[in-house]
Amino acid sequence: MDNTIILKKINFSFRKIIPWIIPIVIILFWQLIVSVGWVSATILPSPWDVLKDGAELTVSGELPKNMGISLYRATVGFVIGGSIGFVLGFINGLSKIARLAFDSTVQMLRNIPHLALIPLVILLMGIGEPAKIFLVAIGCMFPIYINTYHGIISVDQKIIEMGHAYGLKQSAMIRKIVFPAALPTILMGFRYALGVMWTTLIVAETISSSSGIGYMATNAEQFMDMKTIILCILIYALLGKLSDYIAKNFEIIFLEWRG
Amino acid sequence: MKKEILITIRGVNKSYVKHIVLREIDLDVYRHEFLAFVGKSGGGKSTLLRLIAGLEQPNAGKIKQGGHLINKINDQARMMFQEDRLLPWMSVQDNVTFASKKPDDQKEAKKLLSLVGLTEYANAFPTKLSGGQKQRLALARALFSHPDLLLLDEPLGALDALTRRNMQDLIMKICQQRKITTILVTHDINEAVRMANRIALIKDQLIKEIFDNPYRGIDTNEAKEKRALISDEILNKILN
Repeated sequence: MDNTIILKKINFSFRKIIPWIIPIVIILFWQLIVSVGWVSATILPSPWDVLKDGAELTVSGELPKNMGISLYRATVGFVIGGSIGFVLGFINGLSKIARLAFDSTVQMLRNIPHLALIPLVILLMGIGEPAKIFLVAIGCMFPIYINTYHGIISVDQKIIEMGHAYGLKQSAMIRKIVFPAALPTILMGFRYALGVMWTTLIVAETISSSSGIGYMATNAEQFMDMKTIILCILIYALLGKLSDYIAKNFEIIFLEWRG
Repeated sequence: MKKEILITIRGVNKSYVKHIVLREIDLDVYRHEFLAFVGKSGGGKSTLLRLIAGLEQPNAGKIKQGGHLINKINDQARMMFQEDRLLPWMSVQDNVTFASKKPDDQKEAKKLLSLVGLTEYANAFPTKLSGGQKQRLALARALFSHPDLLLLDEPLGALDALTRRNMQDLIMKICQQRKITTILVTHDINEAVRMANRIALIKDQLIKEIFDNPYRGIDTNEAKEKRALISDEILNKILN
């Protein structure tokens, strides 16, 4: 085999490893400082202990159950909020009348930090599922709204004019020009909303919940169960990373043309 | 033989707010001719082309194509713009067919891509193309629906000299082969005289003069000299 090809292959594999080097070094260092006793295991349990705790909670069924509930809340909230944000952004982006009627109100509501609504939501909706799903939906709605709206109003007018000159009707114009042109910005909002989704869920589950990963962490806090608290934090980190990975792949699939 | 008129323009005025762009424009465009509009930048050349394309409407006067008043987008005309205005999210071939409603159009698209020398890029995205290739693709797109009229709004302005020359030849060849009436807007008088049978000089919002150019497409030294003389004459009239 050609030397350059071998070097390229090594280079490619190495590039895949690089992002994992820092997390692995941190985990090894963490394990080391706990194992040699520089930090007490009651204050900071070792990664190995956290892993064992995760295995035990998985076997008992507690972890899968709570993860399932959190994922359900996150997904349903995201779908509801994201859909509303997308539809509103799309309509306001396309129609000047809709923009005049809705945009100021939406922009006003957008400036209220959605987590500040928690006390009100608890009072109005209790601590059941609708309250948490509502908070996630509100959190996800605005980033998707803003990006969809801006994506559409920023479509190059020269391309729109070309579409008119070539006889495109309105539905074809939206399908073939407006939506694809706005898609990079829409996906940016989608990615940002996924981040907001987890942040909102963590806060909502920590403050008011009887199930979910946030509840597990709060419950563990009552018993000074550091292993479970750290496990929950790591699960959130992994779920966040997974969301980002999904969003990135959407961009790779749908924005292939950007090269 | 009497020439058939494709487009008649009568008494056309166009202004934006208080700024007059065109006034009292009367012009006949003959079928299968290659007409060029020349004149200073901002003199109304592109506006007249856009009125013919139906992208804008005159404040007064009428433009008819084949007897039909152009009061909306002109379906029988296709336009090439200064920028390629391609759709980067569609493949090269899909860019050609993007406005089509017929499912069996891929054959025609392939034929056009071969005509403009882009067959090998049919499935690539336009980002892979050079500036000249992008304009060739824009030309294939304009030709796709077999338009009666091709409107060229300075489409070669951003190209280097050699690519520009090749594109001029390609456009002339295709328009002649397909018998397409063509109107070119250009600020380059030499380009106009090289490509067009007639050159309309637009100055002070009016069509000042129309020059016949029987030496178009002839490569003899004598024809080149005559073309140079016509260019000089047009340039002098623009400057005076």
